[in-house]
Amino acid sequence: MILFDHVFKRYPERGEALTNISFEMKVGEMAFLTGHSGAGKSTLLRLIGLLERPTRGQILVNGRDLATLPQAQIPYHRREVGMIFQDHRLLQDRSVFDNVALPLVVAGLPHKEVGRRVRAALDQVGLLKRERAIPVALSGGEQQRVGIARAVVGRPPVLLADEPTGNLDPDLSKEIFQLFERFQYVGVTLLIATHDLALVKSMHYRTFTLGDGRLINDTRGW
Amino acid sequence: MLKPSLRRRRLPKFTDQLAIWLNQHVQSALATLGRLLDTPLPTGMTVAVIGISLALPGALYVLADNLRTLAGGWNQTAAISLFLQYDIDDAAANNLAERLRQLPEIAQVQVITRESALEEFRALGGFEEALEQLKNNPLPVVLAIYPQPNYATPEQLEVMQDKLLKLKEADFARMDTVWLQRFQAILDLIQVGVILLGVLLGIGVLLIIGNTIRLEILNRCIEIEIMELVGATAAFIRRPFLYAGAWYGLLGGLTAWLLVTLALVLLQTPVSRLASLYRSEFELSGLGFTATFIVLMSSISLGLIGSWVAVNRHLRGAEPS
Repeated sequence: MILFDHVFKRYPERGEALTNISFEMKVGEMAFLTGHSGAGKSTLLRLIGLLERPTRGQILVNGRDLATLPQAQIPYHRREVGMIFQDHRLLQDRSVFDNVALPLVVAGLPHKEVGRRVRAALDQVGLLKRERAIPVALSGGEQQRVGIARAVVGRPPVLLADEPTGNLDPDLSKEIFQLFERFQYVGVTLLIATHDLALVKSMHYRTFTLGDGRLINDTRGW
Repeated sequence: MLKPSLRRRRLPKFTDQLAIWLNQHVQSALATLGRLLDTPLPTGMTVAVIGISLALPGALYVLADNLRTLAGGWNQTAAISLFLQYDIDDAAANNLAERLRQLPEIAQVQVITRESALEEFRALGGFEEALEQLKNNPLPVVLAIYPQPNYATPEQLEVMQDKLLKLKEADFARMDTVWLQRFQAILDLIQVGVILLGVLLGIGVLLIIGNTIRLEILNRCIEIEIMELVGATAAFIRRPFLYAGAWYGLLGGLTAWLLVTLALVLLQTPVSRLASLYRSEFELSGLGFTATFIVLMSSISLGLIGSWVAVNRHLRGAEPS
């Protein structure tokens, strides 16, 4: 589902962010991406979501070669990659419902279908009763769950999360990760960047460790 | 549980795509209008600036149009009025008129007899008492001479006037058209002014709308970024801004039309009073259908072009760095 083949990413200002990264993730696989701050975790996720293009090397996502994907096709690629951020990236002046509906509205789904799917997604993250609330009225954990609902509402085969529990206490973090596991059960490929090593160890999934832009460890889960 | 769809999403069928496209356009247009109306004060100010800018050339156009109508009524007046010697009677004058009609440069000659001139003079008002004092008619016979259209330039009329004055029956001649032609020249000048002013203020409107849209884009950059993250196409993101420009243009154009029409309504009464003092049936005409159409179309186009420029400068789409 996700294939990195000798991928390099170099920024003109800060030099090499990723050096010679190669790995493959199968359909329905869940993996963690760890490493110290600035090791290149976010950069790697950004490459998969095509927020940036690699300097060198090949990346295949869902059979698409991201290096040669034309500019006009990028939005369609992003509809197949759900992205979750530490700071949630919610529209603060829109209701929970509108925030979750955004990917569907953008894709031009009919009105009724949007309502049905948004409620299904909110139901999964346990926020069905809060659909009229605006994000500031929600707790940090709830906001993150809105972000997750938005990421999965379009039923993407790939889900990326960048420090999804960075601001949450351990109990809430645990809840979020359990939510991710449920997506994995239905066949979503998940890659989660986190530095919550205790949680990573307790969950026994494949773990990539980045150090200074290199893939220094790739431990299989069991 | 929402199952992911693993198969690559194909582009939908053409008819579905068309339906989606139409639906998104209608939604975007209405949502944009709603957004504009949600903030009535800033929207109103922008619309007012556009409206006033467009009302100025519109009003000048209406002025030129009305003056032209007015001048059109005067084109019927004789080019040269030839006043005959006082002792020439009507019969002699008719003879002379017949002779003049043979000349190639003259289209028509009308004999205004002494009686009819006196009648006309009386009818003009204010002179009755003065005329009562006179024992006999002081007015000479006048020949109103209409030249052939291809002999009607000021220079040619000058030549004709000299020729007419050499007649022994002639006393003096008055040219009626020179000032009319000057007036036409002034009208032409105003028309060029309308175009110049229109172009200048049009550029102004373009800049106003462009800047308004630019600020709107900057205000909503977080929203734009999030929409790009969830897979919005560049067209989807541009669309509301382009619609905003078009709405600004349309509302501004309507405001301009309203301002010009309002001014005309206010002027209608004084103008018809003035016209009645001149015994004229003249009535102010408004922008009319064609001019209204042009004002609205050009204001919408200016809005679209202005927002297009802003959008192209400030939205680059989902460009990966």
